[in-house]
Amino acid sequence: MNIIVIVFISFGLLFFLGGAIGIIRMPDFYSRLHPAGKLDTLATLSMVIGLALFNLHHFSLGTLLVSIKLFLIVFFVSLASPTATHTIVDAGMRAGLRHWTKKKQRG
Amino acid sequence: MISFFLYVAVGLCLIMLFSMYRVLFGPTVLDRLIGVNAIGSKTVVLLLLIGFLYERVDMFVDIALAYGFLNFVAVIAAARYFHKRKGLYEESFMD
Amino acid sequence: MTAIRNGVSNDVGKPSSTFLKSFFSFLLTFILMLLCWLVLSGIFDPLLLVLAVISSFLVSYYFYDLLFPSMELKFIGIFFRFVQYLPWLIWQIVKANFHVLYVTLHPRMKDLIDPQIITFKTHLKSEMAIVTLANSITLTPGTITVTADNDGVFKVHAIDKASAEGCPGDMLNKVSKIFGETL
Repeated sequence: MNIIVIVFISFGLLFFLGGAIGIIRMPDFYSRLHPAGKLDTLATLSMVIGLALFNLHHFSLGTLLVSIKLFLIVFFVSLASPTATHTIVDAGMRAGLRHWTKKKQRG
Repeated sequence: MISFFLYVAVGLCLIMLFSMYRVLFGPTVLDRLIGVNAIGSKTVVLLLLIGFLYERVDMFVDIALAYGFLNFVAVIAAARYFHKRKGLYEESFMD
Repeated sequence: MTAIRNGVSNDVGKPSSTFLKSFFSFLLTFILMLLCWLVLSGIFDPLLLVLAVISSFLVSYYFYDLLFPSMELKFIGIFFRFVQYLPWLIWQIVKANFHVLYVTLHPRMKDLIDPQIITFKTHLKSEMAIVTLANSITLTPGTITVTADNDGVFKVHAIDKASAEGCPGDMLNKVSKIFGETL
């Protein structure tokens, strides 16, 4: 059981690290949103699922309620993160930022 | 297991420092917003880990949930606020 | 408040069916609010239970038409098909994340990515279908929805050529099958 929890949390940490590196390395604003929006969502999901499994070790009503709340966080994050990403993209689009392409880099 | 949680929490803090680079030196306002959003989504998990470290998960899970809501509302409000500001951006990569 | 009431009661001529619909949405909101209260409080004293019933009754009495504006029977089928769609979506999300992780950590990343914005038109009509498709596109392979409007026109920012080509494809079919809007 502990091994499953450790695997989930390590995957979450790996995805968080990838997201942070992606935010630093990507060339422009739009492509920075790809690691920020996707990797962070999946990292949060996997870490919270791991923590919920660890929490269910000692089964009682209190830990069950805490686990339900953790899954509520999972549900909310998976709903809110695409919406926040979409809002930021929309703001950038209306401000008229152009996106980075390969041609521009060569020329 | 508790020491593993401690190491994960320290690692999360280091990753938040990486994201802080984008908040400090981002060329446009929206880049800084992306950094803030990333730090916020890490903070939710960090709060849960702190709850497990102090063995008060039942309290910290509420704080994490409220922080998640607050982060979402803050990002959307900031993005809507910077909606109509054309030409206020530093044009470092536009041409 | 009165304006909302009038809007609800005016839209259909048959009063009995309107009443039944609004009663169903009232009941659903009530149950949802009560469940939220019970999960979030976690204390089962009689006093707090009475308070929970009173407050969720008030909330659902005033705001029953916010969450479920038009309660119809086909929503039940949509709900079950959506639950069946979720495992496939989660598998797609995991695959997409490994792809983005590979692209991000690649040393010559700038040769690998080729950002582009593509536009395509779909036949989706209802708002819920469009929102579902837009969120699914944002979560999966290297694509982010930029704009999506009521006519079903989507603008998508893709990170490389492969994900730009496979964009509407399979996901569009699945979403339109959920909401029963196949052509």
